[in-house]
Amino acid sequence: MGKMLVGLRDWVDERLPITKAWNTHMGQYYAPKNLNFWYFFGVLSLLVLVNQLLTGIWLTMMYVPNVEQAFASVEYIMRDVEYGWLIRYMHSTGASAFFAVVYLHMYRGLLYGSYQKPRELIWVFGMLIYLALMAEGFLGYVLPWGQMSYWGAQVIVSLFGAIPVVGDSIMEWVRGDYLISGITLNRFFALHVVAVPIILLALVLLHILALHHVGSNNPDGVEIKKLKDVNGIPLDGIRFHPYYTVHDIVGVILFLFVFCSIIFFLPEAGGYFLEHANFEEANPLKTPAHIAPVWYYAPFYAMLRAVTYPFFGIDAKFWGLVVMGGAVAILFVLPWLDRSPVKSWRYKGSKSKAAIYLFTVAFLILSYLGTLPTTPGRTTVAQIFTVVYFAFFFLMPWYTSAEKTKPVPERVTMK
Amino acid sequence: MKKFALALILSFLPLPLLAASGEKSCGLIDCYEFKADLSDRASLQRGAAVFVNYCQGCHSAMYSRYERVATDLGIPLDLAEQNLIFDDTKIGDLMDNAMPKPLSKKWFGATPPDLTLVARARGGDWLYTYLLTFYIDDKRPWGVNNRVFKDVGMPHVLLELQGVQRCLPGEDPVREPCAVLEHFPDSGALTADEYRQTIGDLTNFMVYMSEPAALVRYRIGLYVLLFLAFFLVFAWLLNREYWKDVH
Repeated sequence: MGKMLVGLRDWVDERLPITKAWNTHMGQYYAPKNLNFWYFFGVLSLLVLVNQLLTGIWLTMMYVPNVEQAFASVEYIMRDVEYGWLIRYMHSTGASAFFAVVYLHMYRGLLYGSYQKPRELIWVFGMLIYLALMAEGFLGYVLPWGQMSYWGAQVIVSLFGAIPVVGDSIMEWVRGDYLISGITLNRFFALHVVAVPIILLALVLLHILALHHVGSNNPDGVEIKKLKDVNGIPLDGIRFHPYYTVHDIVGVILFLFVFCSIIFFLPEAGGYFLEHANFEEANPLKTPAHIAPVWYYAPFYAMLRAVTYPFFGIDAKFWGLVVMGGAVAILFVLPWLDRSPVKSWRYKGSKSKAAIYLFTVAFLILSYLGTLPTTPGRTTVAQIFTVVYFAFFFLMPWYTSAEKTKPVPERVTMK
Repeated sequence: MKKFALALILSFLPLPLLAASGEKSCGLIDCYEFKADLSDRASLQRGAAVFVNYCQGCHSAMYSRYERVATDLGIPLDLAEQNLIFDDTKIGDLMDNAMPKPLSKKWFGATPPDLTLVARARGGDWLYTYLLTFYIDDKRPWGVNNRVFKDVGMPHVLLELQGVQRCLPGEDPVREPCAVLEHFPDSGALTADEYRQTIGDLTNFMVYMSEPAALVRYRIGLYVLLFLAFFLVFAWLLNREYWKDVH
């Protein structure tokens, strides 16, 4: 039996380099040995992606993308399909989990300067993944055809209407109709289950290929490839498999513990993962009193609403759109804004540390504000933290180059 | 890192100031507290009886099936057929009703909404409070108004059980035209406590109906978490074994 398997492997190997691929990406991929807790979120993103794909495939077997039946088909899945509720909760909780792990993954990159040379492309691919993910989440949220699905889509699509001159035409083009309708639902379904997932998978592949080409960064921001032993193996590197595979299993279980706790004991997460109003079928004639985005869009929604002044006589909504788009777009150029000679915040100066701290506070407070209805007081707070958010990036070339950094060690540290 | 985390946590202490808003959780008042108990089958069964007898004439529950309800609540199917279904609907059918929607809109000003998911959309507290706070109001077409849902189109269907309540103004009648509800003793078939109990059963049933999976997911979830905890021990030991020589 063993002989046969070896024979089969060799037979394939002559035709397709599977052993080489395994070694490049697992068996002989050398990762820094000091990767800490923050480095779990990459593999967890992959895990959640697989979860979304599998549960998504099963959901499409029962879901009906049709205005008359969409809402009822989701309830059919929740009630009449064997374990349909589990598949649906895995998918709905998975959406939130995806953003949670991706945000933490991005934050890790921010702390340890993982976007710096030579990893700029990894960061850019990662940002494209994040962008595709935002689109995917938005499209998917429309499918259950609840009140928030409908009105959330209404609010987001109508943002395009704020663009001068061509706004209305773009809006019609996106919806395929004069209002959010069955046409919109059908095209969103197609994009959600076919188009965007293909793009996501391709980007994830590029993200990982680029990473494995240059090698992983680490909490010290030390390039482990600089110091190698006689065999050309990085002194501070360790084979990904088995060391990081067994390590990641622990992280995966810890994650699953939290993930399953939510699925089984708190699937609505108090209205943050599944909004209460979305248990009411979409009704174009009844606008909900408070239209809130799901938590993962909240910081950007808060920035959108923070702009209340019609600059140059153009509607404030348009400038809100510009600010919201800018808040995402500016992340793309992060690798070129950071002028620090060191990567990790461990060795950056106090200015950088203060900036990261303020940025974190701003992002979290904006997230919180984005889920609440506006009041004049809250809008002022949102405006202040929108400025802080952008200042973090705009001032980065200055504060990263003007500060005194600490010396970076030759070798990685195991703390 | 620890100092950083501490500074972060301290930064969010003033946040509750932003959350403060003058809104009440249940219309003009704060909701009464209601805690659903899905393990109380008798209560769920009583609630189901109230629902089909008093609510379902006007409100459908068109995502729920009779058979599912009967099975989940431990009601034998023949008993369910005799006592929960009043027409020739089959036990496997959805809990729809016969009221024509365009007509009901004319009668009540709005079509009575489907109630399958109302407990998830509004919450058990809201339903419980709503059903306890009808009071007489001559200005309304059905002679009643509601403290949670002002000028609601629904008549007080459970009036024969609860009896009559009226609204008394507070100390400042202009600001608080309706501060306390006063119940006329012996105006209904049930005592105040019995009525409260009945509404509790009904709300309990509606919470169940909004998500039947809640009956099983806690039990399954417990096994899943136990398995993960068990698995974690071995995964951790394996990880330790591999990493013990890495310095």
